Amino acid sequence: MIRAENIIKRFDDLEVLKGVSMEFNPGKTNLIIGRSGAGKTVFLKILVGLLEPSAGKVWYDKVDFFSLTKKQARAIRLEVGMLFQGSALFDSMRVQENVRFPLDMFTTHTLAEKNKQVDRCLERVGLTGAHEKFPSELSGGMQKRVGIARAIAMEPKYLFCDEPNSGLDPRTALVIDELIQDITYEHNMTTIINTHDMNSVMEIGDNIAYLHEGILAWQGSKDEVLTSDNELLQGFIFASPFLQRLRSAALKMD
Amino acid sequence: MNFNLLYHIGRYIMLLRQTFAKPENFSMYWKETMRQMQDIGIGSLIIVALISVFMGAVAAVQFSYQLDGTLVPKWYIGYIVRDLAIIESAPTITCLVLAGKVGSNMAAELGTMRQKEHIDAMDLMGVNTAAYLILPKIIAAIFMIPLLVTLSAYLAIGGGYLATVPTGALSSDEYERGLRAFFLPHNVTMMYVKAVVFSFILTTVPCFQGYFVKGGNIELGKASTNAVVYSNVLILLSDYMIAVVLTG
Repeated sequence: MIRAENIIKRFDDLEVLKGVSMEFNPGKTNLIIGRSGAGKTVFLKILVGLLEPSAGKVWYDKVDFFSLTKKQARAIRLEVGMLFQGSALFDSMRVQENVRFPLDMFTTHTLAEKNKQVDRCLERVGLTGAHEKFPSELSGGMQKRVGIARAIAMEPKYLFCDEPNSGLDPRTALVIDELIQDITYEHNMTTIINTHDMNSVMEIGDNIAYLHEGILAWQGSKDEVLTSDNELLQGFIFASPFLQRLRSAALKMD
Repeated sequence: MNFNLLYHIGRYIMLLRQTFAKPENFSMYWKETMRQMQDIGIGSLIIVALISVFMGAVAAVQFSYQLDGTLVPKWYIGYIVRDLAIIESAPTITCLVLAGKVGSNMAAELGTMRQKEHIDAMDLMGVNTAAYLILPKIIAAIFMIPLLVTLSAYLAIGGGYLATVPTGALSSDEYERGLRAFFLPHNVTMMYVKAVVFSFILTTVPCFQGYFVKGGNIELGKASTNAVVYSNVLILLSDYMIAVVLTG
């Protein structure tokens, strides 16, 4: 379980997060949605410890992450996997080296054991046989899959995904969404996804948090999104007149 | 302006502190150090060789011209070329060139890794990125650059020979006599001190510039340029200081 407690983040005079509190439970896909500039990425970076909050706490189970020493924080980080927006694959390494990187760095397994784990991860994301390819030889969707394979190589308890669907076509985006959801359920991970993509919200959003101008404006499940009367949320989801008409029609039919 | 400078110096020192930490995994650092040694050493051989030969040749030709018609014996050309190569041209000019070639490359590499979130990805895995990405470069440079500087000194002396002996400016024996005259081993020590200090500068300054890049391609370009400019200025400054300390 991850819990954010009254997170405030300021950059000079600009307050990006204004006291955000949230709880993310294991075995669920938790989505953070919001408009550009709402503070989603900053919030996610604080959750994973890449940015320090100006005030507030982040709890990993019963551990206050920002009170830890570097060594203790490293131990927590070994339990965290992250899929970056641009996949962040190391260009000079082949796919298998990318996936094996955390294993090479932090485990004392033999090469055979590490390669076996790489095979397992690549098979899980449907990329058997791509071991020898370089990231530049892969499509955007395949790069995301390699990113997921690398993120799960250390069998983490927590999985973070920053805009996993950006730059992907709707069909591929759906495949990536399903993959993340399946992996979350299989390994009972606490998964937190930062997204703009409404398809993701409706497909895999077990728990959805809507950030608006640095505050948590709404929280609920994908089933509650459509019926919520939160104007800010509705303004975000049904942004175009077409979608607004569609929603009205759906509600009338109900 | 002064506060800004202090801020950057403080940040540079803190980055170095982070860099000289215990590696998480020696074999990964070793692998990376070997890769860097190849990039810095083998990758710079041709440019260093070319520059060295021409520097030696130009120095020989220039001094031959300067000494023409004077009472200074011609074999002094060999002596001048040798000491010029050992004391100044091999360590300083080679490192200034390497600051342009290797330094800008390091700043661009780390800057791109920062922009493409590679550094964030490693940080998040728990890797000490300052140590993993910078320490192998420093170690590789401190081992390889003195070797390149040694090669440069030999090639500069060879360049001087090629520019004077085959052209008849002086005989092979005269050149050799100059090379053997007034030799001070202390000068070689000075050459290596310079090579090590300059290697440290031309890796840490560009790495500092690249590691903290913020923004897009324009900022990356600026960081790469700053890496070369600041490294060169610091190399020249430390060259002067080493000269004052070791010749005083």
